[in-house]
Amino acid sequence: MLKNYIKIAFKVMLRNKLFTFISLFGICFTLLFLILITAAVDYSFGPVAPETNLDRTLSVTMGMLETKSGSHSMGPLFSPWFFRKYVKTLTIPQKISISSYFNPDVIYHENKKIKLGIKYTDAEFWEICDFNFLEGNAYNAEEVDATASVAVINQRLRNEYFGDKPAIGEILDFNDKRFRVLGVVENVSILRIMPYADLWVPLGHAEVDLDYPTLIGGFPGWYAWLLADSKSDFPAIKAEFQQKLEHIEFPEGRFCKILTNASSYHEALARQFFHNEDGNMGPFMLVLLALITIFMLLPAVNLVNINISRIYERSSEIGIRKAYGASSITLTGQFLVENIIITLIGGILSIILAAIILNIFNHSGVLADTILTINYRVFLTSLGFAVFFGIISGVYPAYKMSRLMPVEALEGGE
Amino acid sequence: MRIRLNGGNSELKENRMIYLKGIEKVYRTDKIETTALRNIDLEVAKGELVSVMGPSGCGKSTLLNIMGLLDKPTQGEVLIETASVNNYGDIKLAKLRNQKIGFIFQSFHLINDLSVVDNVELPLIYRKMSNKKRRQLALAALERVGLSTRTRHFPNQLSGGQRQRVAIARAIVGNPEIILADEPTGNLDSVMGNEIMDILLKLNQEQGTTIVMVTHDEHLAKKTQRVIRLFDGAQVS
Repeated sequence: MLKNYIKIAFKVMLRNKLFTFISLFGICFTLLFLILITAAVDYSFGPVAPETNLDRTLSVTMGMLETKSGSHSMGPLFSPWFFRKYVKTLTIPQKISISSYFNPDVIYHENKKIKLGIKYTDAEFWEICDFNFLEGNAYNAEEVDATASVAVINQRLRNEYFGDKPAIGEILDFNDKRFRVLGVVENVSILRIMPYADLWVPLGHAEVDLDYPTLIGGFPGWYAWLLADSKSDFPAIKAEFQQKLEHIEFPEGRFCKILTNASSYHEALARQFFHNEDGNMGPFMLVLLALITIFMLLPAVNLVNINISRIYERSSEIGIRKAYGASSITLTGQFLVENIIITLIGGILSIILAAIILNIFNHSGVLADTILTINYRVFLTSLGFAVFFGIISGVYPAYKMSRLMPVEALEGGE
Repeated sequence: MRIRLNGGNSELKENRMIYLKGIEKVYRTDKIETTALRNIDLEVAKGELVSVMGPSGCGKSTLLNIMGLLDKPTQGEVLIETASVNNYGDIKLAKLRNQKIGFIFQSFHLINDLSVVDNVELPLIYRKMSNKKRRQLALAALERVGLSTRTRHFPNQLSGGQRQRVAIARAIVGNPEIILADEPTGNLDSVMGNEIMDILLKLNQEQGTTIVMVTHDEHLAKKTQRVIRLFDGAQVS
């Protein structure tokens, strides 16, 4: 029976090429968009180097401070003093790192203006991250403690500043300071916002007093990474951190309440977008699902319309099949199989197109050092979308069709 | 008006294939109500070859559709053998049509996207049967209607007479006990018409298939054992 369905599905597709084109275009375009979005999201939030330890890493970054007058400050607020006093002192995490976000700046070198992002880190940053060193290595804890004038640069900065020559031991002038290059790493995409930079230097070079007692950190923002032995330690780490916060000082005097958490990437997103303080991913996933559903609904409605036209065009066939023993359920199955086949073809086409587009994108340099790929997760998600799409666009027409009496179908579905 | 044929006799009841009891069929729209069939009481015995005649629009096809469970009466009861099918659901009706009934339509109703042999196999794909067995039976049915050389053709590559033979092969492939033919020769010339009629007669005589055939052709009707005449939705003989 399935063979018969498949045979018919292909015949129907070839018979009405315009309908087939419209259907495939709708499916293909929608899926293509979803695949590209998924690839970008996957690249931004998935375990991609140098953030290969994401599954056992928590971060403390976003938060909220409430003043005595009831106003709020939100965002990546906190100061190095806060992180050193309340995060660095946690006992359960295996490693704790404090870093700034990247700060955009420029270097003028040999009449060239070189744009770069500078980032201030500790030594643990290099242990939690998994950078690929092309030359040399990172600075160590002693060098960080001594605020040594050492730096790690990326490949792009090396090439622009030193040409294609090895850079280890060379001096890089930046903001009237002379940094000795200790290591050169592969470029990191700006989509990986936490490890991203072109130039990494020890914490002490930041233009802030790391020990000044204030909760507010100022530009470019600071964060802490907490590497756990395993994911199962997350609840204990979170609890330990919250315990610390219960006894927090408010050195500014104007603040009276702090809300922040040690959270995974996804929990942090949930908090940021939905002000969901317990970091529950439920609402985040629901909104994401709703957005996907809405996005898929329009082409699905279109496809339902096309399917209804197709079905009425084939009402005689439906009548014949019913007359010869097909039940409504069997016919619904047949139309669903046909829909899933066309959707899978659309899915395969969209994956091929996505591969071509991603290849062009990756080579275009629109987002430097960003290599978006269709990996197995993206592929399976897309395939899941494709099948879901096939089912939702096939159920209603199949239901409409199944209600016809055989004689009505034979007479043209009137 | 009610006319009973072969009714009330218990021996005949056992021999009964189709029984329509007090059938009415009314088509309703917002503004108009049309009675297509009224007070039809009718029995067709096993192995009978019956023709249904009457002027256009008198309800012949409606009667056949109700007999073949393709349509439901507005009132009355339909029995196949001894079982009333009025309360049958979609699945049970589909199974009954598949097992017991073969249809032949005036306009052939073949699926143009399928080859001749695939068309003939159609009733069998709704039965539990291997592909090989299905193909065997379909080829045998085509052989019986003299179309074994056209199995790979598509319907639009065949003449009207050949298409109707394919439709007959499809109707008989599942070895149904009943064949319902709605003007099977209506779209054919007289030579082709006679050929199709001969196939139906042979089926009836050799296999004992019960056949009910709607026709306008008195000449063909005379070849059947009984003629049911309808006029304005009612049975007149």
